[in-house]
Amino acid sequence: MLFWQEVNELSGQQIQLCYHCHKCTSGCPVAAEMVHGPDQLLRMVQLGQRGAVLGSPDIWLCAGCEACGARCPNDIDIAHMMDALRVLAVREGVRPALPGVPKFNWLFMQEVRLTGRMHELSLMGLHKLWTLYILPDIPDGMRLFFKGKIPILPEIVPAARRDVARIYKAVEEDFNRE
Amino acid sequence: MTDTYAYYPGCSLHATGKEFHQSTEAVFEALGAPLRELEDWNCCGASSAHAVNPELTLALPARNLALAQRQGGGDVVMPCAACFNRHKAADIALRTDEQKRARLEQIVEFTFDGSAQVRTLIDVIYNDIGLDRVRAQVKRPLNGLRVVAYYGCLLVRPKTVNDFDDPEHPVVMGRILAALGAEVRPYAYTTECCGGALSLTAPKSAARMVNRLVGYAREAGAEAMAVSCPLCQINLEMRQSKGGPRMPIFYVTELMGLAFDLPGAAQWQRMHLIDPKPVLDGIR
Repeated sequence: MLFWQEVNELSGQQIQLCYHCHKCTSGCPVAAEMVHGPDQLLRMVQLGQRGAVLGSPDIWLCAGCEACGARCPNDIDIAHMMDALRVLAVREGVRPALPGVPKFNWLFMQEVRLTGRMHELSLMGLHKLWTLYILPDIPDGMRLFFKGKIPILPEIVPAARRDVARIYKAVEEDFNRE
Repeated sequence: MTDTYAYYPGCSLHATGKEFHQSTEAVFEALGAPLRELEDWNCCGASSAHAVNPELTLALPARNLALAQRQGGGDVVMPCAACFNRHKAADIALRTDEQKRARLEQIVEFTFDGSAQVRTLIDVIYNDIGLDRVRAQVKRPLNGLRVVAYYGCLLVRPKTVNDFDDPEHPVVMGRILAALGAEVRPYAYTTECCGGALSLTAPKSAARMVNRLVGYAREAGAEAMAVSCPLCQINLEMRQSKGGPRMPIFYVTELMGLAFDLPGAAQWQRMHLIDPKPVLDGIR
């Protein structure tokens, strides 16, 4: 299977329909932070530039805001393409250009698996320790804490925890087999 | 007239979005439409699941829909834009894609009957409760408060999940704010994403996006922004440039509570990172 076909299958999109009108990149609020921007990245997928695409910071910078998909004249949901590229990059062990994002996602998903809900303090705290981006956010973090907005303990709801753990198990057995 | 709604707060509203949670409950109570929180709800996976595993992205919210169904169905109010988006996407998959429905029913162990409806807060307030009932509660109009309605991304996009307003030119929140007496300024960046997903992972990029939006809001003549998303609120306040004047970001329900003169309003204002007092002192 060609790279673009693989991306199509995983994302449910038909990216071969793109005729490069550039509307997605023009409206993308993160394009200025990216190396290529959404439409160029899509073209690279069409051309089969697997390594350059999966190693690009752009796939991790996409905020998933769906401005591209809402404006695409060919109804390609490019944010879904970005999700598929992130899944492929992790699955293939490509070294991420922006390691903080997959680290965040991994922690987030582990936390939900363990407790059924997301606990902001441990998610933020562990992420900061792992990425060593700690100091700049300490003052605001402390202020939020003293305003009573950062509960120390996670909420553990037994029924949610049990069901979510079961859902993870059912989903991942299939996912890992692929 | 009393109607009750099921309510899904989501993880953020139990923590950094605490004043959104409290003001939402108080405002619905005041409007005669009390909320009952879903029992045993779980995290919907926003905003990481979709970058990790497509099936989990649908299965996590599907469990909450199964709970809503079991707990009486009807409308489920979801204030958080990200939670709303993910649940609505799962709901659409369950309603329109037989293959996905069969798979989700098997994973989540339930039978989908479609009796629960995923709704977001501003949709319910505008389309169900209506502006007349909102106006009837206003005791302290927000006269002179110049504000922009900021929707951001996931509340209005993709167009498949947004069945209550125009994805490019939404008006619902602005009309609610105007009903409170606020002066709603026209704002061209009302649906431009604030980069909340990058707030922790690419803070410098998020800061540039935030300062651009706040700068344009100021240019539009606003002194505050109103939002309906906990990620927007914290990102817009936390990543806003610390030099110079700073613009407070309100939850739409906070401003409703203020106009309704609800007892909690003063307390919610103290929970902000940017002190909203100077702006609120300007209300005539």
